[in-house]
Amino acid sequence: MSERLSVLKTYKLYVGGKFPRSESGRVYEVTDSKGKWLANAPQSSRKDARDAVVAARKAFGGWSGATAYNRGQILYRVAEMLEGRRSQFAREVADAEGLSKSKATEQVEATIDRWVWYAGWTDKIAQVLGGANPVAGPFFNLSTPEPTGVVAVLAPQESSFLGLVSVVAPVIATGNTAVVIASEKSPLPALSLGEVLATSDLPGGVVNILSGRTAEIAAPLAAHQDVNAIDLAGADDALAKELEIAAADNLKRVLRPQPVDHAATPGIDRMTAFLETKTVWHPTGSLGASGSSY
Amino acid sequence: MPTNAPTAAHSLSDVAASDSTLRRFLHGLPGVDAVGLEARAASLGTRSIKTTAKAYAIDLAISMVDLTTLEGADTPGKVRALGAKAVHPDPTDRTTPATAAVCVYPDMVAAAKEAVAGSSVKVASVATAFPAGRAPIDVKLADVREAIAAGADEIDMVIDRGAFLAGRYMKVYDEITAVKEACGTDARLKVIFETGELSTYDNIRRASWLGMLAGADFIKTSTGKVAVNATPANTLLMLEAVRDFRAATGVQVGVKPAGGIRTTKDAIKFLVLVNETVGEDWLDNHWFRFGASSLLNDLLMQRQKLATGRYSGPDYVTVD
Repeated sequence: MSERLSVLKTYKLYVGGKFPRSESGRVYEVTDSKGKWLANAPQSSRKDARDAVVAARKAFGGWSGATAYNRGQILYRVAEMLEGRRSQFAREVADAEGLSKSKATEQVEATIDRWVWYAGWTDKIAQVLGGANPVAGPFFNLSTPEPTGVVAVLAPQESSFLGLVSVVAPVIATGNTAVVIASEKSPLPALSLGEVLATSDLPGGVVNILSGRTAEIAAPLAAHQDVNAIDLAGADDALAKELEIAAADNLKRVLRPQPVDHAATPGIDRMTAFLETKTVWHPTGSLGASGSSY
Repeated sequence: MPTNAPTAAHSLSDVAASDSTLRRFLHGLPGVDAVGLEARAASLGTRSIKTTAKAYAIDLAISMVDLTTLEGADTPGKVRALGAKAVHPDPTDRTTPATAAVCVYPDMVAAAKEAVAGSSVKVASVATAFPAGRAPIDVKLADVREAIAAGADEIDMVIDRGAFLAGRYMKVYDEITAVKEACGTDARLKVIFETGELSTYDNIRRASWLGMLAGADFIKTSTGKVAVNATPANTLLMLEAVRDFRAATGVQVGVKPAGGIRTTKDAIKFLVLVNETVGEDWLDNHWFRFGASSLLNDLLMQRQKLATGRYSGPDYVTVD
């Protein structure tokens, strides 16, 4: 029997539920932690970013309008798909971060648990953040959290998979849609995540994953008038400042980079960062002279 | 590019003398090389138009838009809003050119006329039982007269595709001449072929010549109401027809692709087709139009992007 030819994987972007190459045709070399070549990843241009925003905007109506329960089911389905690909992700994470096989597997398992954790939150966050407000008047007053819209997410540079999921899952769990810039140095787990999302009932365009030079892709996203919020987790201080200035133009919500221990239970801060509160005043009180009321 | 023009101009004077001479002429037109046509349309679509050329193309395209609303649910209020948008497409930037025209149903012409009063924007009205064209000729002519009485500057008529496909070219010819007569000298006549229903490129070429022979000021691809509307290939074919018609008769006829053109990129591809096929004489809204509604918003967003360097979004243009 002859030796098999190796079948190398072409990593591609994930935009609008499809797997395009970069519009620019560029790729860049991705190496492991020791500098050994792993694969060529697409090097996205600002036009890829623009296309991703269009896809995310198109998906927003359907995703934010889906019931929280349905979103939870779909996110759980993502976790199921991840579970089936554990060994692939463990290998990619081990290569990307220079971890031993067992450490990498641990990371991947923590990541899957993180999806499940956020999947559970989709239909509970409204009870925690919203509710009936006591008001001094004949009104029934309700506050509910609503998704902000299209969120640009700069995934953490170091934690290529657990960090990525820790910033993406909270954005989409609450009904936002996301344009994600993968870790510049180690984008492969993120690009593979796109393949998982494509097979998990998640509507196309809810998550769009771009790889390339973070600063190059983030600048047009931060200035984009149709992006409603930006998570700067993967930006260094200088870039974060620049992006925050660009983001001020259309009053984007900005989540500044902060030191995070991705291994710890995350809390709901990342979800609340991209939620707006809608308050409705519904008149109640007496309906007639007899004083009857609801 | 070979030209398909009949060699002598005088040969056109009597082609409409009878049904048989008209048929002989139309069927004598050279057949269309479908593969070559589509390949040429596709290759002209690959031009890269950037920076200042793009800015010029966007402003030109805006000035060529026939801003259209042809819905059963049109109200005078919607038409007024559309008229205001046609006059000032981008209220935040008054350097934006006005569109060429607003295009409405005949009963909305008066409202449209009022909305664009005092501007360069014309009012076009579809007529002749648009979009099907299935009505007696008297009804069609009454439709046209109503629109003109209400102040329409341009009439968009549909041809009787049933008669055309049945080979009754003289009936189609007579209808167009009758409508042309009803338009008088003030209103320009656009003739809609509904290319998506004509089945073949040969038929589109025949229809183009038929329309021009009958006196159309503009030939227009489609109504926007069927599955296949303006495509680069059928527009290229019509552009070749108007080029050859001018070569044969000296009469210049305009072209209006309509329906399905939604993005700036598409619009610029059409402008490239115009420039490469018929040249700069047609790069003016007197001779080339886009029948569109959502296209204008994309043009405006691209214009804002060029002006500010930031990508714009649908929140910054009007919803209509």
